[in-house]
Parts: sequence; structure tokens; C-alpha cells
Amino acid sequence: MPMITFDGHDYDCHQGETILEGLTRHGVLLPSACGQGVCQTCISKAVKGKPPVESQKGLKDTLAAQGYFLTCICTPEEDMELAVADVSKGWLKATVIEKQLLNESVMRLRLQSEETLDYFAGQFINLKHPETELVRSYSLASLPDEGVLELHVKRVPNGQMSGYLHDDAKVGGSFTIDGPVGDCFYTDKDLDQSLLMVGVGTGLAPLYGIVRDALQHGHRGDIHLFHASLAESGLYYADELNALAQQHENVHYIPCVLHGEVPEGGMKGDIQQLVQTAVPQLTGWRIYVCGDPEIVNGLKQTCFMAGASMADIYTDPFV
Amino acid sequence: MSLYDELGGEASIDAAVGIFYRRVLGDAYIKRFFEGIDMEKQAGKQKAFLTMVFGGPNNYTGMDMRVGHKHLVEKMGLNDTHFEHVLAHLRSTLAELGVGSDKIQEIINIADSVRDDVLNR
Repeated sequence: MPMITFDGHDYDCHQGETILEGLTRHGVLLPSACGQGVCQTCISKAVKGKPPVESQKGLKDTLAAQGYFLTCICTPEEDMELAVADVSKGWLKATVIEKQLLNESVMRLRLQSEETLDYFAGQFINLKHPETELVRSYSLASLPDEGVLELHVKRVPNGQMSGYLHDDAKVGGSFTIDGPVGDCFYTDKDLDQSLLMVGVGTGLAPLYGIVRDALQHGHRGDIHLFHASLAESGLYYADELNALAQQHENVHYIPCVLHGEVPEGGMKGDIQQLVQTAVPQLTGWRIYVCGDPEIVNGLKQTCFMAGASMADIYTDPFV
Repeated sequence: MSLYDELGGEASIDAAVGIFYRRVLGDAYIKRFFEGIDMEKQAGKQKAFLTMVFGGPNNYTGMDMRVGHKHLVEKMGLNDTHFEHVLAHLRSTLAELGVGSDKIQEIINIADSVRDDVLNR
């Protein structure tokens, strides 16, 4: 009889009973609605134990890869511990090993964590301010096998955390971090699929990890990476991305600006319209959109309307 | 055999949700009701709804429909005309999937039976 651990308590689950039924019998009421594995209201995460494959049907692949499953159709085969939301694995110590400005307001911060962080390129971590305990999330631009964690920190006017990271944090100083978190990352479900990636500002950070992760997996389909900013001074990593496009003929890098000079090979205008004009038909494509929430949500809908399936749209909206 | 199985089960519902949701969002008369909501959650709810109207496995009680649309009725004036637009989109979705007209009418009748739940009457 499998035991289900939830919120620090153990509950037994009868033979043939779903986790939702088992916990309900014990008076533990989880959110649920259809009871048929369709509406996904009851989604939970297995932090210990492996959910049966059938209990992950219809879930986005990046959620299934992290142990998410549906309690209403999960008949557990072994002891499991669940969490209804993301749970912290505990804070890790990380040391600053490099600070480097990438343009006038974005700094590359490289950290070495005391324990290896197991993550998918494109996920994010939470960073705690050493003095005020303030917590902010930053996307990982690095690849797991690079060892160091790379973050792109934009200086926000009067931003407590970004101001501290830009002005006060010292190489050799340490922070506490936790994570990884997030479901915007690459999976090798189809190596020939065309990929559209759009990063606004430091929305490039997760994409810089995801595009290289895709290439490491041997992705063969075309990859169109748009990096958008108000003006050219807000772009960065153009050399690195141009080099990547040189090395891989399926990679296309398109820097985009709203005002001023247009960078070489780039475009000028509203990023949503530029994407719509450049790739009007997205049936069968996989989409990654990261950065400003308003633009990300707008593009998510635009891409869906242009034919992309919801299961193929991955987003990471952040300020 | 239920219509759900006849149409091809879960895979056909996924296809239907994609077509149906695109039609709804593309309708200027009703798209404001869908602004600012989580598209994934919405697609999940549409999938549950279409599974129900196709006669697939469901647990429909109407409560979720009432609660989910209450603020739209009270704050944004959701009414019969909007509901009929959605029915029309369901009708054309089914036609696009190649469902015959008798079956379409059968499905539309089931969908129409949730009207009072949606409009909180």
C-alpha cells in the first residue's frame, strides 16, 4: 500500500485508489474539478517517487520532465511525496566569480554554487539579498555542464537588488540561491521542428541557454532567434549570436529595435508586428518567448492564432 | 459507441480545442471576455467542456461553469448573444473537423444545455 506524503503528513492510499481519492478519504482536499485527467486543475508535483506515465497525460513535456502529474488519475505504484506548488529545495551558497557589463545597463554575473545545481537551460533561480533578505528571480543563461551559473542583471531604476548587484556585490562575495524553477526549456521531442525564439531585453538570458542546449541536443530544424530592445544600446551578445549563426546554418539571429539605428541583419519596429510579418504561419512550430510580460503574453496569443499549438508555446514573462 | 469515441477520443478533442479557441479569440465581438486570462488554464477548461459535450468521460455539475462566468455576467455584461457566438464557433469547428450535420446538431443541443449555468440564471 503506497504512502503519500503531503505537507509533512503521511497518508495511505488503498489499492486501486487515486491519490486524489486517497487524500480526500483522509480529509485532505486538493483543488480538483473534472476528475478525469482533462482540466488539469489538480496538477501536483512529485518531489519524491515517480508518478506513473498515465498520470502525466496531456501535460506539457517540460512539466512532466519535472515530475508534475494529475492527482485525479494517479494510482500510485510507489511511495510518493507531493507538493501542490513549487517547493524550495533549500538555499545553497554561491560565490560571485565574475562581473562584466554587457551593455550600458546589463551586467553578466557568474556564480559558482557550492553544490552542483541540476537544472534545464532556461530555468531560473531565486537570489537572496545578503543584507535585506529581499529575493529576486534571475534566468540562467548558462548550460548545466558549464559549471558556473550565468545571470544577466539589468539595472532597474531604484532597484534594490539590481543596484546592489551592479554597485556593491564583489567578486569573491557570496549569496544564497535556490531553484531551479520554471518550465520554459528545451526538450528533444522533435529535432526537426522549426523553433521561434523571441527575447525582449534580458529575456535573451534564458534563450541564450535554450538555443545552445537545443544545438547540443543536435537540433536540426531552423532556429529563428529575435532579440528585441528599444534601441541598439539595449542589445548585447550580438557577436556571440552572430558567431553561433555562422557555425550552425540552421540558426538565424535577428536583432530588433524600436528606435534609432538598425543593427546589421536586423529589423526596426514593434517586435510583435515584426515577428508576425517575418513568420506569419506557425503551424507545427515550437515557440519560446521571454521577457516583458505584456509583450510575452501578446506574442503568446499571436503565435497561437498563427497556428502554433498551445503545447508548443513556452514562455517566461518577467520584469 | 459514444460520439466521443466515434470522433477519435482525446486526440480529436485536442484538435477541436485548438480550432475552437482560435475562432473564439478571433471574434472581435467576444474576445474581450478572454483578455488577460491564462491561456493554458482556459484551454484545459475548454477541453473539459468539449469532452463533456462530445459525451466523453466527465464530471460535469455546472458549478464550475457558474463560478467561472459569474464575474463576466455581472461585471462585463455577458449575455445570450455572446453565448450564441460561442455556439456558432463550436458549430464551425465541428464542421471543419468533418462532423456530419446531424451529429453537429446533437452536440450543439448538449452545449446549449449549459446556457443557464454560464449565464448564471
